[in-house]
Amino acid sequence: MRRILFLAAAALAFAATAAGAAELKLLNVSYDPTRELYKDLGDAFSKQWKARTGETLTLSTSNGGSGAQARAVIDGLQADVVTLALAADIDAISAKAGLLPADWQKRLPQNSTPYTSTIVFLVRKGNPKKIKDWSDLVKPGIEVITPNPKTSGGARWAYLAAWSFAQKTPGGNVDKAKAFVGALYRNVPVLDSGARGSTVTFTKRGLGDVLLDWENEAHLALKESPGKYEIVYPSRSILAEPPVALVDKNIDRHNNRKVAEAFVNYLYTPEAQEIQARDFYRPRNPAILAKYKATFPNIPLASINTDFGGWAKAQQTHFADGGVFDKIYQPGK
Amino acid sequence: MTAATISSRSARGRFPGFGLSLGFTLFYLTGIVLVPLLALVLRPFELHLQDFWTAISAPRVLAALRLSFGTALAAAAIDTFFGFIVVWVLVRYRFPGKRLMDALIDLPFALPTAVAGIALSTLYAPTGWIGSLLAVYGIKVAYTPWGVLVAMIFIGLPFTVRTLQPVLQELGRDLEEAAATLGATRGQAILRVVVPMMAPALLTGAALAFARGVGEYGSIIFIAGNLPMKSEIAPLLIVTKLEQFDYAGAASIGVVMLAASFVMLLALNALQVWAAKRR
Repeated sequence: MRRILFLAAAALAFAATAAGAAELKLLNVSYDPTRELYKDLGDAFSKQWKARTGETLTLSTSNGGSGAQARAVIDGLQADVVTLALAADIDAISAKAGLLPADWQKRLPQNSTPYTSTIVFLVRKGNPKKIKDWSDLVKPGIEVITPNPKTSGGARWAYLAAWSFAQKTPGGNVDKAKAFVGALYRNVPVLDSGARGSTVTFTKRGLGDVLLDWENEAHLALKESPGKYEIVYPSRSILAEPPVALVDKNIDRHNNRKVAEAFVNYLYTPEAQEIQARDFYRPRNPAILAKYKATFPNIPLASINTDFGGWAKAQQTHFADGGVFDKIYQPGK
Repeated sequence: MTAATISSRSARGRFPGFGLSLGFTLFYLTGIVLVPLLALVLRPFELHLQDFWTAISAPRVLAALRLSFGTALAAAAIDTFFGFIVVWVLVRYRFPGKRLMDALIDLPFALPTAVAGIALSTLYAPTGWIGSLLAVYGIKVAYTPWGVLVAMIFIGLPFTVRTLQPVLQELGRDLEEAAATLGATRGQAILRVVVPMMAPALLTGAALAFARGVGEYGSIIFIAGNLPMKSEIAPLLIVTKLEQFDYAGAASIGVVMLAASFVMLLALNALQVWAAKRR
C-alpha cells in the first residue's frame, strides 16, 4: 500500500515538473544593485504579457557583481537575458563562450542601454568633512569607500570618472591623472568585491567619510534611512551605460525568443522608462527624464567611447593585470 | 583463473572484504579527490612555463601567499596553545556550565563562514563593541591583516580542541602523579611529561587548523579589507582572477597553494611520526 502511494506521489511529482517545463520562463542575469529595479520591471512586464497573450510568465533575476555574473553565464548559467553593469562584461560572454554575436550592442537602440546612470558621492548627514568634489577625496585623512574595480562594474565607472576629472582639470594630463587616482585609492581602507558590499561597509559598519556610488544606489540609501546621508554631485562625472542583451544560444535552447525579445524591447517603452526613473535610473526617454529632472541634476559627464576609446581599450589600459590600477598598489610607487 | 581465485581467497583469509573495500577506496578517492585535483593541476599547462612563472611571481600574488600562509601558521600556533589550555580545563576540572562550554567549542564548525565573517567584522569594526574599545588605544583589527588573524583563530579553534581532547582524556593522571612523587613540580610535570605525550596530537591539531586557515575564504573577506599587497588573501586573489576570466592565472595560484600546503602538511606529518617514535 505504501509502495503504491509512493509511486503515485512520484508520478504526480513527475507530471508537475513536466507541466512546469511547458510553463514560460525567463532568466535575467543582472549586476549587483538592480534587485529592486528588475523586480518592478518584471512584475509590470509579466502582467502586460499575461494580458496580451494569456500566458503566465515566470521572470526571475539573478544579481551579483557584474564580472562574477558574466563568468557564471560563460560557465553555463542559463541566462536568457543579461543586463550587466558595462559592455565589457557582455563582450566577454560573446568572446569566450560565443553565446551571442560580437556586434550585440548594435542590435538595440542607444548602445543597447535603455537607461543610464552616473557615479555620485554619498556622505554622512551635514557633510562633516565638507566633501564637494573629486579633489576633496585625495586630501589626507579622508576615507573613501568604493569596491574593487577588478570585480565591480560600478567601481570601474567610479575609477574612470575620477580619472576623467583629473584629466579635464586645467593643466591635467595622463601622468597627473595617474597620480590622482593613486592618491584616491590610497585613501580607500576597504575594497569590497561589489557595490552592495561597499554600501553595507559605509552604512552599516560606519566606515569611511564618502562612498563612491551608483546614483541609483545612493538615492536608495537616502530612501531607506532618511536623514542619515546626503548625496553630493561632483563638478563632473561619467555617463554609465549598463547595457542589456539577448543571449541567443540560450534562448534558442529554451525556445523562448519571442518573450525575451518582447522583454528587452519593453524596457524602452514609456511605462518601463517611468519605472526606471522611479527606481532612480536615468531614463533615455527625454520627456520622462525632463519630468524627473529634480532627481537627476544635469552635470557634465565623460563618455566611455569618446573619452576612453571604448571599453575594450579602457579595460586593457586600466584594469587588466599589470594595468594602471595594479600599479597603484605596487610598492614604492 | 585458478591463480586469481586462490590469491583472492587467501586475501580474503587475511582481511575479510579486502578486495572490495580497497577497490571502493581507490574508486572513491579517485572520483572525489584525485580527478578534481588533476583538473586543477592541468589547467595552468594552458600557459607556457614562462607565463606560469610570471603569474605566480607577481608581487601582488607573492604578498597574498605570504599573508595567507604566514597568518595561517600564526593562527595555528595560537590555536594550539590556547586550545591546549581549553582542553586542560574541560578534561581535568569539573565546574558548572562545563557542558555548555564544551558545546560552544563546536560553534565555529557549524556557523556558515559568511555569518562568522559578518559577526566578527561587526564586532571589530571601529563602531563595534570590541573595535570601539581598541580604537581608544589606536589599535585597528577589522580591515587590517590582524582581522585575517582573528578570523583564522576563530575558525581553527575547534580543530585543535577536538583533536587534543580525546588524547588528554586517555592520558589519565597517573603519570603526572608519578612525576610528582619523583619530585617534579607541577610545571615540570606538564612540560616534561604531559606535553611530550601529547606532542603528536598537538601537531595534528596544528596541522588541521593551519590547513583550514589557509583555505578559508568566506569569513575572512568580510573582515580583511582586501587591499592588494596588504590584506588580500590568496584565495580572494584566485576569485578575483576568475572574475577577470583569467582561469589559467587563477589555477596557477591554486597549484602553488596546493603544493605549499602539501609540503607543509607532509613536514608536520613527519614531525608527528618522529614525536610518536620518541615517545
